[in-house]
Amino acid sequence: MTQGLTLHQTAFALTTSLLIFLFILELVRRRRLREEYSWLWLLAAGAMVLLVVWFRLLMIITHLVGAVTPLNTLLLFAVLFLFAIAVHYSVIVSRLTSQVKNLAQELALVSARLEERER
Amino acid sequence: MKTLVLVPAYNEAARIGRVLAGIRAAVPGADVLVVDDGSADDTAGVARAAGARVVRLPFNLGAGVAAQTGYKLAVREGYACVAQLDADGQHEPADLPALVALIERGETDVAIGSRFLGATTTYRPGTLRRVGMALFGLLAWMLTGVRFSDVTSGFRAFGRDVVRFVATEWYPTDYADADVLITLRRAGFRLREVPVRMYPRAGGRSMHAGLRPVYYVFKMLLSVALAPVRREPAEQKRGLT
Repeated sequence: MTQGLTLHQTAFALTTSLLIFLFILELVRRRRLREEYSWLWLLAAGAMVLLVVWFRLLMIITHLVGAVTPLNTLLLFAVLFLFAIAVHYSVIVSRLTSQVKNLAQELALVSARLEERER
Repeated sequence: MKTLVLVPAYNEAARIGRVLAGIRAAVPGADVLVVDDGSADDTAGVARAAGARVVRLPFNLGAGVAAQTGYKLAVREGYACVAQLDADGQHEPADLPALVALIERGETDVAIGSRFLGATTTYRPGTLRRVGMALFGLLAWMLTGVRFSDVTSGFRAFGRDVVRFVATEWYPTDYADADVLITLRRAGFRLREVPVRMYPRAGGRSMHAGLRPVYYVFKMLLSVALAPVRREPAEQKRGLT
């Protein structure tokens, strides 16, 4: 593995990562996924494609972080990526919570004023 | 001076009528606003029948959000003082004038009803709650230099500038007590405690039930710890003056 990928492995890895990339793009195209939430996924899929076509890069990174095998490096970055996605969502959920709160308060105040006027 | 008595309420149809009657008797000149936090029972109907103004949140959002809805209304309608008490009968409405008077005379910006100040205290918390109160009291003291006898009190009155301040985005959505006092103190407001009477709940469900106290302690520790390093208070206050 450290010597590089066989043609077989390259074909499979490239197909998979390209499919993921296209799947995310398709979700954005059909407006099922908003552009602002797609970038982390596209980044990850793009990184996968890049690492397959430029396997040396993975070896360089492995050397850089001091991992023993490229598999360790992949696992490390996979975990980091999932962590980033989860935190990203927590931030979004927090923002949505406060927007919903403000809307609910506004709705309550406006409808109370309407009711009082109609009475 | 226009005073608004604010009563956040969640499923308190059985108890709120007596509280509202008590408020009427204690501060006849004040407007009374009940913020119904998405109750499933007839809290709003009972409150309206008792002559209070009612604002209904479309769903349950927590005590802090309900109270803040009242602050927002007070800011828009120009109230000079907002006095707040619980809808479940734990706070004695007859103590309202003492809180409001301090604000009206301009002697403080925040008046906090303390159940431990007076000689007539009848409130006896359980051991766990007492430990928690002592802990947050100590933290508040360390962070503000002010000794509070009752940091978890929800019986309080705010002056105009404080109301404008708590109507803004930083106000916590749940369990707004010790951290609010610390933030207000750090924003430069004057805080004063006033002895009040508090009673055990007459029934219904306390917000401190089940595992909630564990979350309460966690949340309060976190927001108390972050209060000094958060940047909003100073900036907000500067924007007000």
